[in-house]
Parts: sequence; C-alpha cells; structure tokens
Amino acid sequence: MGNPMKIRASVKDGVTEVKVLMQHEMETGLRKDADGKLVPAWHITEVKAQHNGKTVLEGQFGTAVSKNPYLVFRFKGGAPGEKISVNWVDNKGDTRSDEAEIS
Amino acid sequence: MNISILKNAILVFAMASYCSIAFAEGSVPKEIAAYREMISDGNPAEFDEMRGEELWKKPGGPNKVSMEKCDLGKGTGVVKGAYAELPRYFPDTQRVQDLESRLITCMTTLQGTLESDITAKPFGGDNYKPEIESLVAYVVGQSKGVKMNVSLKHPKEKEAYEIGKRVFTYRAGPYDFACSTCHSQDNLRIRMQNLQNFSNAKDAQDSYTTWPAYRVSQGLFRSFQWRLNDCLRQQRFPEPKYASEVTIALTMYMAKNANDGVYAGPGLKR
Amino acid sequence: MINLERRKALKAGGGLGLLGLFAAIGLIRPGMAAVETKLFAFDAKSMNEALDALGVIIPQSSEAIHLTVPEIAENGAVVPVTVLSSLANTEQIHILVEKNPNVLAANFTFPEGTESFVTTRVKMKETSMVIALVKADGKFYRIAKEVKVTAGGCGG
Ligand code: HEC
Repeated sequence: MGNPMKIRASVKDGVTEVKVLMQHEMETGLRKDADGKLVPAWHITEVKAQHNGKTVLEGQFGTAVSKNPYLVFRFKGGAPGEKISVNWVDNKGDTRSDEAEIS
Repeated sequence: MNISILKNAILVFAMASYCSIAFAEGSVPKEIAAYREMISDGNPAEFDEMRGEELWKKPGGPNKVSMEKCDLGKGTGVVKGAYAELPRYFPDTQRVQDLESRLITCMTTLQGTLESDITAKPFGGDNYKPEIESLVAYVVGQSKGVKMNVSLKHPKEKEAYEIGKRVFTYRAGPYDFACSTCHSQDNLRIRMQNLQNFSNAKDAQDSYTTWPAYRVSQGLFRSFQWRLNDCLRQQRFPEPKYASEVTIALTMYMAKNANDGVYAGPGLKR
Repeated sequence: MINLERRKALKAGGGLGLLGLFAAIGLIRPGMAAVETKLFAFDAKSMNEALDALGVIIPQSSEAIHLTVPEIAENGAVVPVTVLSSLANTEQIHILVEKNPNVLAANFTFPEGTESFVTTRVKMKETSMVIALVKADGKFYRIAKEVKVTAGGCGG
C-alpha cells in the first residue's frame, strides 16, 4: 500500500477547491542509480477524486509528472464536513486511498 | 560593500575551473522569484513532518521509549516554539546545542541508540530517510509562525556566537574562501542562485527562517546541518563532523542574526 | 512547436495514424479505442506521435485556454502548470511537453460540475514548449508557451 496523501478541501461561494499532495517517487525509467543501472519506471498512472460517491476528477499520469505529485482542482457544490476521497493506482499495481473533510 | 573587480575575476577563474559556474552581480531575475512563488504551495516536507511526528511519539530505540520526554529547551516534551529558541545552552549537557545535537542527546539518553548509529548516515538519499531528519522536520514545523528568539545570555551562548562569527569570516582551503566570500555582499549570484548577504538582517532572516527545506532539485528534505555541509563543500573545506561544535557555532551565528524574523519552515527550495 | 504544415502534409498523404486508421475501418470499437489511446499516447516520443495517439488531427489554437507556466523554471524537476479552459463543454485537458522523452505528461477528465481548471507539476528535461491540449465538444484546441529550464548549477 502506498504512503498517505495530504488532502485539503475548502468551499467558498459554492465552489470547493481541492488540493492534493501525493507521496510517490514517480521514477521516469530513464534515470540511472549510483551503480549506473537504469532505475525502472515507477509512477502513478491513474488518479480519481470523488465527492459523496460522485467522481469529480479523473486523471492519468505519465512519467513526466513530478515526484510527490501535486494537484489542484475545483468543483461546484460541496459543503463543510462532507468528504472528499482520492485514490491513485501506479504501474506496479500499488494503490492508495485517502479522505478529507471539506472545511 | 563591494568586492573589487580583481577579486571578482579571481573568483570567476577559481569557480570556473571547478564546475563552470561564475559569480555575477545583479539580483535574481524576477522570473525566478515568480517561479519560487508558484511552487510555494504544496510542500512535500509535510510528509517528513508527518513521519517525524510518528517517530517522536512512538516507542523507539533499544529502550523502546518515545521522544516525548525529550527537553528541547522549553521543558520536557515541549515542541511548540522550541526551534525558534535554538541553539541554546543546556544545563544537563553543559553545552550549547542546536536541534540536531539535542535530538542526538535525547535519542542516546532516552532511547538508548548509539550516537555512531545516528551520525554514520545522517542525510537522506535514494530510498533512505534517516530518523533524525524526519524528527528535525517535525520539530521545526512546530515553530511555524513563531518569532526567532535566540538568546546570548549565557556566557557559553555568547561564546558560541563569537566562534560562529569568526568561522564565518575564516578564509582557508585551496581558494582561500570564507562563508563571507560568498555571503557578505548584496546582489551577488552564481548563475541564477543569488547569494544571500547574511550581514544584512533581512537576508539573514529570510534564509534562516526557511531552512530546513525540501529541495525540489533533489526531491528530499534537508536539515540545516546539511545546508552547512553543502556550503563547506562549495568552499572546499573538509566535511565537518555531524552536529560538531563548529557547525553548532555557525548555526548559532546565523540563528541569532535572524532574530525577530518569523519562522516559516520547513521551506521549499529549488 | 507542432509543425502544422508537416502534419497537414502527413494527413493529406493518408497518414491517419494507426489508431485513427483502425477506428476508421471499424477494427476497434470506440470504447476499446479509448483504452488503447492512453497507452499509446503516454508512450509517444514526439508531438506528432502523441497527437496521432490521441486521435487529434490538427488542434486549433485557442485564446480561450489559459496556460500558466513560469517563464523560467529554476529546476526542471518541478515545473508548475495551470490550465484553465473557458471553452464550453470542456471534457479533457492534456498537458504535453514537446522536448520531453515522453511528450504527454498528464491528462484530466472533467465530469459535469467540475470546473475546467487544473494545477499540477511536471518534469522538464530541457527548455521546451509546454502545450495544453483541450478537448471541448468533441474538438481539440491548444495553446503553447515556452518554459526555459535553467541548469541546476553547482549549488548542490
Ligand atoms: C562558493 C560560494 C559559497 C560559500 C563559500 C558558501 N556558500 Fe552558502 N550558499 C552558496 C550558494 C550558491 C547558495 C545557494 C544555493 C542554492 O540556491 O541552491 C548558498 C546558500 C546558503 C544558505 C541558504 C540560503 C537560503 O536562503 O536558502 C545558507 C544558510 C548558507 N549558504 C550558509 C553558508 C555558510 C554558513 C557558509 C560558510 C560555512 C557558506 N554558506 C559558504 C554559496 C556559498
């Protein structure tokens, strides 16, 4: 199981802004380690965010998304105390889900 | 204060032969400032803070006790605001300690960990995160928003400051460099990296209050001990012993000069 | 930049792209095409390959897409990218870096109710155009901006 994410969500004027920081190496597969061996590609491939069980964002990442990926997006609706959940899957089949309350 | 043209020429020559970098005058381009502003949100150091908090609270070391009994100077277990008053004199060890050396004291005395185990590899790397670095992240994060308030009341504190000041201007090594060679002039830079002028209160505050930091170029959280090591390396000085007296003295000098600046770390640096 | 003239020539020459061709002759169903598209697109080594894989013929340049990137990135490991599309019915935003070994960095799909806005951070190997490719109402639009990547220097 992957490492926890940091999710912050706040609603203002009927729009919820969500900021997600994920923990992931996001190896490109092109980098060499200290011994000169290629480090295999290891990166998040899919991200999905849900609010009250409804998908509010779907994303696909290639190898060029930075280490510890950061994402900001906004959707209409949302109320303080309601939950936002974010899930990612990587190319090794590892996955991680976390939740946060809208403030 | 201006370094003479001749000296600049020598610097350019000296640095160029090493890594094709050269000193230049002029402030950082506004585009770089804009870039730094754009990446200021979403600092991955938060993960190091999280890990550090867990390590602080869970039983660890051969003695299986937590760090919660550690006294960082504001009383047993007080973490909030502690970093803003470090380095300081500790009566129990009878010396001035910075955060890292104080953490070593607690890890050895409370948890029973061998000092050599902590200092053997104190800096993170590929897939390697030393506990002490995460603890540093947690502790400094608990001083966010607190004004730097380092004291020189105790004679040993005053002494450490004076030593730090002397080390800062002590020239040696193959290029006869001191910290002050790079860090005592306004608007000096190496390529895009501007060199903070630590004799100016604002630079001193801005720098000290944003270290330790997550370095995006390395994808790693870095402690202040690491920052000093890296500058001593650029200065072609021998690598100092981790948390040794000279590094604590330098830290004391820099921390005291940052007094009244609001602590804002962990920072996010290029 | 995307060499539109060359692309036009390619298209005129029947270079529909493998997927486009398969789709055209009915070899793959639309749903299947979508799955295949992502795999191919993230492997694309050039703008042309990426556009082909995404099934884009010639994206129109549009002022209704706002792309916010730094003029200079102090470090290529972290380049902040924000895309805001004011095009009606924006379905997807793709972020591409022309000079990267793999051109497509990320794509996002916006369900009804989600603003067509996203901020993320990408890696850039060198100075390059960053392209926001937006799919709105089934059509593709683009905007591109250059980001200069400065070498890390000796600062460690
Ligand atoms: C050869 C020039 C050079 C010397 C000598 C040097 N430094 Fe530095 N220092 C730099 C550079 C370059 C940076 C900025 C690095 C960067 O941006 O990555 C820096 C950054 C710093 C920072 C962090 C500033 C910030 O705001 O992030 C501190 C603190 C620092 N140096 C302290 C010292 C101390 C203490 C010494 C003496 C032991 C020293 N430096 C000697 C070149 C030097």
